[in-house]
Amino acid sequence: MINYTDTAWMLVATAMVMVMTPTLAFFYGGLVRKKNVLSVLMQTIVILSVVSIQWILFGYSLAFGPDVGGVIGNLSYAAFQGVGMNPIEGQTIPHQLFAAFQMMFAVITPALIVGAFVERIKFSGFLVFTILWTTLIYDPMAHWVWAAGGWLMGLGALDFAGGTVIHILAGVSALVMALLLGKRKGLAAGPSPHNLPLAVLGAGFLWFGWFGFNAGSALSVGPVTVSAFINTNTAAAAAAVTWMVLDWIENKVPTMLGVITGLVAGLVAITPAAGYVTPLSSMIIGAVGSIFGFIFVSKVKPKFGYDDSLDVFGVHGVAGIVGALLTGIFATKSINPAGNDGLLYGNPGQLLVQALAVGVAILFAAAGTFIIYKVVDFVIGMRVDDRSEYMGLDLTQHHESGYTLME
Amino acid sequence: MKYVIAIIKPHKLESVKAELEKEEVHLMTVVDALGCGRQKGVTEVYRGVKEVGNLLRKVKLEIAVNDNFLDRTIGAITRGAGEGEIGDGKIFVFDLKDCIRIRTGERGNEAIG
Repeated sequence: MINYTDTAWMLVATAMVMVMTPTLAFFYGGLVRKKNVLSVLMQTIVILSVVSIQWILFGYSLAFGPDVGGVIGNLSYAAFQGVGMNPIEGQTIPHQLFAAFQMMFAVITPALIVGAFVERIKFSGFLVFTILWTTLIYDPMAHWVWAAGGWLMGLGALDFAGGTVIHILAGVSALVMALLLGKRKGLAAGPSPHNLPLAVLGAGFLWFGWFGFNAGSALSVGPVTVSAFINTNTAAAAAAVTWMVLDWIENKVPTMLGVITGLVAGLVAITPAAGYVTPLSSMIIGAVGSIFGFIFVSKVKPKFGYDDSLDVFGVHGVAGIVGALLTGIFATKSINPAGNDGLLYGNPGQLLVQALAVGVAILFAAAGTFIIYKVVDFVIGMRVDDRSEYMGLDLTQHHESGYTLME
Repeated sequence: MKYVIAIIKPHKLESVKAELEKEEVHLMTVVDALGCGRQKGVTEVYRGVKEVGNLLRKVKLEIAVNDNFLDRTIGAITRGAGEGEIGDGKIFVFDLKDCIRIRTGERGNEAIG
């Protein structure tokens, strides 16, 4: 039976998650050097367009189509055949709306990875990589965790809004991309972030969109939706404050860049836990996600010297892992009877299941990204030549420039 | 005293500065600039329409030096900015009449260094 209140909310939530992708474009765009701002916006908006099409043609079917052996959906929902207005079992919204909501998740996941390869990737290689990655990495993983019959769902792993499927997957893939592509050239010459206010605008609207992302993942309107909503806000707030304080202690000054990085880490950390924990727990999850993110961004990355340019691994990967594990500690049935109790509520087994899901996501993302990268690099090439990199991707890949110097 | 103006590629600023450091030339003014010389700009596309001959981004360095530093300065800029290609840039040298440090009122050679 369709519930129209649920349907109305999910339409709004879907639109809110859609906005997160162009918003992410501004967040990333502000952080790069000005000669590359358009290339980043371009990559992100193109992902929104391309994955939207991929999802309708076959992506949704691979992820959520009738299960084949617990690992993948079959193609019976290809081109949205049979994806109509009747709800699927256990839901109260049109099937097509559920598919649209999931579409926005499939869009933003590869868009997150963009932050790792900005300023040096070849547009054609990027495009092919994105389509292959979404099809071969994202769609199966979404099936394993979320689809009826998926093998990780069968084990009872809790992932409310996609901490594992989205953030760990994107974060680990980003790290692999950064390692394979190598460092950017001439970093000392150009100031970045070239436009921090743009990045702050992006981060602010990510926070807004995340209400649709997390509270929308309840797929209905009710107590769990409200829990997810307030937990999202609380974790982001706690993480922003935590990062600011760490910055203040470590670098002697609180920074705007630190605060927006922290708030995103908090939003990531609460994602898997949003509909399973109390507001106090969400504060802890946000703060701990922020602490680990800070350590990776300001200590581990400089020590190893990899160029995860906009800290996709440090923020999404690390805070995603922290959030997934903490879900196994802080989850409680008093918030969500359909979920499970975590370690703190007398169910230590949940933490093990969470760790297993995290491990699977890390291995799958790392191996899959490595293979796809090597294939695309061999066939098309992934990195632009030095001259193009020095001149900037806006001019060399798109024949446009983001800003004029005069006029 | 000489006044040196150099037009270079923006991405060469870093290596030019490094070369100048080696020659103990530390004082300079750097300006964002647009220009085109023999390479005639680049092609841009605006909504499908090609526009040729746009000005390229350049960096303009301005350095005041005492006479005995002139050749070292020119050498450093040439080494740092040169790629052996069209668009590497140019160096202009002017005679400098005077130089005044505002804080102390020093003039001439002393004010430059």
